[in-house]
Amino acid sequence: MANKNTTSSKLRAALNTLIFPIISIIIAMFIAVFFVMWAEGENFFTATVTLFQAIWEGSFGTSFSIIETLVFVTPLLFTGLANAVAFKTGLFNIGVEGQFIMGIFAAAAVGLIPGIPAFIHVPLVLISGMLIGALWAAIPGFLKAKVGTNEVINTIMMNFIAMFFVNYMIMGPLNAPGKATTPLIQDSAKLWRFLGETNRVNVGLFIGLLLVALVYILLWKTTIGYELRAVGLNPHAAEYGGISIKKNIILAMAISGAIAGLGGAVHVAGIQYQAIQLFGFTGFGFDGIAVALLGKSHPVGVLLSAILFGALNSSSLNLQLANIPKDIVYLIQAIIIIFVAADYIYKWIGEKRKKEAMING
Amino acid sequence: MQKVVEMKGITKVFPGVKANDDVNFELLKGEIHVLLGENGAGKTTLMNILYGLYQPDAGEIYVNGQKVNIKSPGDAIKLGIGMVHQHFMLVHNFTVAENIVLGSEPKKGIKIDMQKAIKDTKELADRYGFKIDPNAVIEDITVGQQQKVEILKALYRGADILILDEPTAVLTPQEIEELGVILKNLVKEGKSIILITHKLKEVMAMSDRVTIVRRGKVIDTVYTKDTNIDELAEMMVGRKVNLVVQKDEAKPGKVVLKVENISALDHRKLPALKGVNLEVRAGEIVGIAGVDGNGQTELIEVITGLRKPTEGRVYINDKDVTGKTPRDIIEAGVGHIPEDRHKRGLVLKYSLYENAVLGNHYKLPFAKGIMMNYNKIKEYARKLIDEFDVRTPNEEVFASALSGGNQQKFIAAREINKDPELIIAAQPTRGIDVGAIEYIHKRLVEERDKGRAILLVSLELDEILALSDRIAVIYDGQIVDILDAKSATEHELGILMAGGTLKKQA
Ligand SMILES: Nc1ncnc2c1ncn2[C@@H]1O[C@H](COP(=O)(O)OP(=O)(O)OP(=O)(O)O)[C@@H](O)[C@H]1O
Ligand SMILES: [Mg+2]
Repeated sequence: MANKNTTSSKLRAALNTLIFPIISIIIAMFIAVFFVMWAEGENFFTATVTLFQAIWEGSFGTSFSIIETLVFVTPLLFTGLANAVAFKTGLFNIGVEGQFIMGIFAAAAVGLIPGIPAFIHVPLVLISGMLIGALWAAIPGFLKAKVGTNEVINTIMMNFIAMFFVNYMIMGPLNAPGKATTPLIQDSAKLWRFLGETNRVNVGLFIGLLLVALVYILLWKTTIGYELRAVGLNPHAAEYGGISIKKNIILAMAISGAIAGLGGAVHVAGIQYQAIQLFGFTGFGFDGIAVALLGKSHPVGVLLSAILFGALNSSSLNLQLANIPKDIVYLIQAIIIIFVAADYIYKWIGEKRKKEAMING
Repeated sequence: MQKVVEMKGITKVFPGVKANDDVNFELLKGEIHVLLGENGAGKTTLMNILYGLYQPDAGEIYVNGQKVNIKSPGDAIKLGIGMVHQHFMLVHNFTVAENIVLGSEPKKGIKIDMQKAIKDTKELADRYGFKIDPNAVIEDITVGQQQKVEILKALYRGADILILDEPTAVLTPQEIEELGVILKNLVKEGKSIILITHKLKEVMAMSDRVTIVRRGKVIDTVYTKDTNIDELAEMMVGRKVNLVVQKDEAKPGKVVLKVENISALDHRKLPALKGVNLEVRAGEIVGIAGVDGNGQTELIEVITGLRKPTEGRVYINDKDVTGKTPRDIIEAGVGHIPEDRHKRGLVLKYSLYENAVLGNHYKLPFAKGIMMNYNKIKEYARKLIDEFDVRTPNEEVFASALSGGNQQKFIAAREINKDPELIIAAQPTRGIDVGAIEYIHKRLVEERDKGRAILLVSLELDEILALSDRIAVIYDGQIVDILDAKSATEHELGILMAGGTLKKQA
């Protein structure tokens, strides 16, 4: 009886957390349909059919589109998880973008080294991405812990430093003559494309899925996760319980950065095979913020929302073929983000109101 | 007499608990009516329903004979109902007058008429005998003053029915007396008051009637003049309660805690401790008596590693722990029941089992390497819940779902069960019912007899006098005197706490 009670209340709690993301996705789709009606002069039903067909076919309709969707999903898994770990510790790591870029750089550089057997070279590439990402994030973490500077501002600055530094390396020391890229990495550094060379999907996807499980275990089954979450929820109580706030801020940033850097390395070793000059940010890091928010910073939530965002991104080409501006995809994503953000603000106000009900001291 | 509030058949169910079960409650015009009951009996829930913060699952509410549907605090205020919560909702950098008119400001055109606000505040305060400066800023006044502001705020919005949830839990004895006078004045003016408190002395002194609730059900409503403290305690807990602490002579052993010439700053960087010296031996309870804000908080924080001293040393079992981390100090054998359970004591959005190991979470048997062993942890949480009779549906709920007193019992259970050499107990019984106070007091005395050293900090002189073997009085950041508890009197302590000195007889 007691057991049944807890399972049913757990189920209800799970539903409660899911309901808002689902509603916001539905509303976003509806608004998108209205835009299509307006742009195409179609009526509601034909517009709905056109839009959903285009999105579905572009993301899951053919085996090729499924494969491409998985290619889009993979980096979002990493950046989503990276943001989730920071959020759980009460930190906002906008620097995932920069850490991802540094991961790209590290993999592109280490991947050039000739004469290493694959079973050493691949791990070496991935580990170098993780390390540099961890370092890139630990710097603002350290500054916050020791001097109290805001991690949001510092990570944004680190993003720009990362971008300019990597561009300098690509156009300078690591330049492939005549191109705005680095040379292609050695074959021994490439991740296995298990559906053949022409299909870009690669084992990076499985590394991402493995990471979903690992982050879950880290957050909810280890003492590290216990401490990170405690610092995120109530730093005063954490401190009282002998948990070092400073250490955990740095650690959370480093873990978050390591995941982001690994994502960058996987992107090079599995998809690009080189670093390409950046004319702006890659956007994977920022999309990761949305993915983590929509997924409520839970690894499984991150997985689901990474699939959603990845599918939308990969369908954009098909939308253009169907004469729908591909910006519709960004519109949908933006509306989802606005709703999710509104939900957070609403909860925050609700908490304040509930405080009134929580008089017990 | 006219019934101003009548609640009929109120039922409120939370997941796993029936907080209110077919409750009938009535409030007469011009009475002070106490709601009395154990921790988790459902008092706060019932009042939150009356104030529109929760909706009942069943039952009806009548105000002044009219059936009403109170959907929000706004509805309650319109009906003349005001509530003062234990956690105040004031804007800290606003003045008293600004806070009082907030939400229903007097206007001159579109501008707030501050002159009128100040005048109104003065008038209201004078009428009911509040001593308060309308121009003082909230963060500069005492908790007791802040509470008066909350009451005035409710009155300003036209409350005729006033609900006070544990108003005296954070007040000093003098402030409690003042509150008593204010409540009498309010009743004289025709207001009706519902009061929640666990302090039976206050119940006897302040109220006209008492409604006793136990496990969500009303046991009885009695006239205060026809009852007494022991009977109330028995009705509330359902058994005889021993209100006097039973303890033998202490057998002090070696010095466990030694505080040497400690100075420290408070959070505003002003000197809070000015050269404190103190020793606590194994097998004794040393109580620290003092008016709130004389350095108690900072002293505890320095001992537990939460605040760095500017001068002086702290030794635990002869080991210098000055400036060590909280974890080092926990490992040196210190258990700590913190004074602010929401700020320090609990991660409210952690389950009870996660809270059960806060501070020990990384040690065997709760963790092996970095892997937590949640089976062991849950088992341990259930043990704490059983032993200290924490009222909760299970160990999986968030700590925030527990009633205030049950949160406190849970923290006490956790800290005492760490089996520490030194227990620091700050306001260990704040907001808990007599049955639970009896138990926690008994456990503290047992720990003493097992040879633990206990440092007790409490604003309640009764508690200090009942538990301590020696009493150190703190005033303005210094220990001004240390008395033997057997001979100390409330009067003597009162003088010392106010900064006076005792003439020593030769
Ligand atoms: N928001 C909530 N969610 C779940 N359970 C709750 C909630 N609020 C209260 N409860 C449960 O309802 C019961 C009654 O709680 P309530 O706060 O009314 O007790 P109380 O009589 O005020 O106790 P105390 O004297 O300790 O303040 C408790 O068992 C508590 O755990
Ligand atoms: Mg209560």
